[in-house]
Amino acid sequence: MSRLKQIGNWFEQRLQIAGVIRETATHPVPRQSASWWYVFGSAALTIFILQVFTGIMLALIYVPSAGEAWNSLQYLNHDVTLGWFLRGVHGWGSNFMVAVVLIHMAQVFLFGAYKFPRELTWILGVFLLLMTLGMAFTGQVLRFDQDAYWGLGIGVAIMGRVPILGASLVHLLLGGPIIAGDTLSRFFALHVFVIPGLLIGFVSLHLLMVLKLGINEWPMPGRIVRRSTYVQEYHEMAHRDGVPFVPDAVWKDMFFSAAIIVSVMACAAYFGPFGPSGYPDPTIVQTIPKPDFFFLWIYAMLALLPPQMETAILLIAPVVVLGFLILLPFLSGEGEKSWKRRPIAVVTVLLIAVALGTFTKLATYSPWSPVMDGWSGDPVPVEYLNGRSPLERQGALVFQVKQCRNCHSIGDSGGKRGPALDTIATTLTRDQLVRQVIQGGGNMPAYGKNLNPAEVTALVSFLETLHLPGRPPARDAAQATVTKQENSPPASNR
Amino acid sequence: MSEAPTHAPQPDSKAEISRRDLFAKIGMMLNGLAVVVLATPVVGYLLAPILRGERGQYQRWVSLGDLDEFPEGQTRLAQFRNPISNAWDGDTDKIPCWVRRLTGEQFQVFAINCAHLGCPVRWFPQSGLFMCPCHGGVYYQDGSRASGPPPRGLFQYSYKVEDGKLMIEAGQIPTLSTTASLQTRSGGCQG
Repeated sequence: MSRLKQIGNWFEQRLQIAGVIRETATHPVPRQSASWWYVFGSAALTIFILQVFTGIMLALIYVPSAGEAWNSLQYLNHDVTLGWFLRGVHGWGSNFMVAVVLIHMAQVFLFGAYKFPRELTWILGVFLLLMTLGMAFTGQVLRFDQDAYWGLGIGVAIMGRVPILGASLVHLLLGGPIIAGDTLSRFFALHVFVIPGLLIGFVSLHLLMVLKLGINEWPMPGRIVRRSTYVQEYHEMAHRDGVPFVPDAVWKDMFFSAAIIVSVMACAAYFGPFGPSGYPDPTIVQTIPKPDFFFLWIYAMLALLPPQMETAILLIAPVVVLGFLILLPFLSGEGEKSWKRRPIAVVTVLLIAVALGTFTKLATYSPWSPVMDGWSGDPVPVEYLNGRSPLERQGALVFQVKQCRNCHSIGDSGGKRGPALDTIATTLTRDQLVRQVIQGGGNMPAYGKNLNPAEVTALVSFLETLHLPGRPPARDAAQATVTKQENSPPASNR
Repeated sequence: MSEAPTHAPQPDSKAEISRRDLFAKIGMMLNGLAVVVLATPVVGYLLAPILRGERGQYQRWVSLGDLDEFPEGQTRLAQFRNPISNAWDGDTDKIPCWVRRLTGEQFQVFAINCAHLGCPVRWFPQSGLFMCPCHGGVYYQDGSRASGPPPRGLFQYSYKVEDGKLMIEAGQIPTLSTTASLQTRSGGCQG
């Protein structure tokens, strides 16, 4: 034991670091801040360390070459002992890290921690969020499968929308004229050197400020932050009613971090690693690219934004959001911290959470995309063909063969891009159906050039049979009056 | 005055600079100069992909194969090896495109990339439509926009027929600011 102590003293004589460590560990934190609400920052740091560690492990095998990356991942998944598990931990660690960072951000926002004097801590945190997302995106690129390839294509297409500098940005991002070897190499450099280096630097400063300025106190309604008095008040609070960080507060951080790591490992073991999906050969066009989970909301927004506003929103909104996040502590650097007295803050967080959740959910089944194999994969339900005339059945065939099914569902299968057609005959008359098929409109392509008159007649006859048993099909009231026919459903509605 | 100890701040000593201060400043300037000298080639290295693009070095004429591989009135998937490529590109330098032969030597060669956000569009001959799997862009057989979010029709390559082969001018991924083919060579379309 004394031997150990001697060795310890030998190092301490040279490093002279024990004092700093002791002071740091036992620095007083306000009693109520030793809370389960304050564990997300340390959890993010823990996952980051886990990511660095597993990342280095993967780099032992991974080949950052467009020709070999995909194969080296297959090798990791199937041949290297526990390679699949390390890939799983790294992939799930990425998801957990984004999630924990977002929760951490929402928490410090709701607890008013960004106010004086912690403005810079918040701003560095905003950049840490950007870097975390940057790591998630570049990591998805390193997986270098079809999703990565076409995901890069989307990034490039967004760059291409920048006025004047567009072409330059495209070539800079790709490192050449196309998505190829140079592209993967530069994303490898970003993912492995540039962003992690910045992250380590920013995390260090972020932590340093937490220590220097003290952890945010538990916000109490009515306890107002004023620049002139806050530092003194906090100091008194931490010393009068404070507890040492170690051990009074730190055990919760450690419990939570351990739980997170176990969760990451459980997900990795149970669900396994992410991909890689198809081999990155752009001539394989039978692919439906999708981004990773935390970018699904962007994928949804890109489909749902009004096209004429899209470029403006794509290029301006990120700047506005980032600007707002950076300016936030200057716009409201003083005043109430408690979320109980900040209804707008609470509503903002809820709205953003609901919006992101909704977009993400939508993106999981992407109703805006045609179902590329809807026409060949889903047969017309039998009850829609029973007792129909030959013409109507021919129409069902036209309906199927002309890929109508890719965008329109009947019997709950098929695309959701256009309306479901199960009861279309109750909303559109025969003439309206003909017009819609031939001319398109309302986001439907015109089929006039690709259907001959016989096909149109057959198709519309089939569509006219699509109504609920008891409901009469739509009819043109004006025409009925003119022709003085009481009940004039089109002749083929039998 | 230059002998004054530096730790004694004196308001009017600012006008004078001690030997050591001077050397320190010169040392900083030398390092600044070194940084600039170093940075220049580094910036050139980093911007090389842009400069090559601006000089139009990415575009070349490449062959898509014999004319009889493309029957009249049909649209077929063709592919070419990108004129700029490296040994370590794997299969990523294999670029697909859609070739529509109208009649004789009249063609339309469409880029695979949707004009919205670059996903690969697929041709459906039965309905005569190109459909994009990502955000629902749809185009007619002549490449014009039919529906969905794309701001324009499909990108087209310039083409010509040489020695019974269909040639296109290709080399870079088309986006709204990088064309499939150089705009200045519009004469390439005459075939």
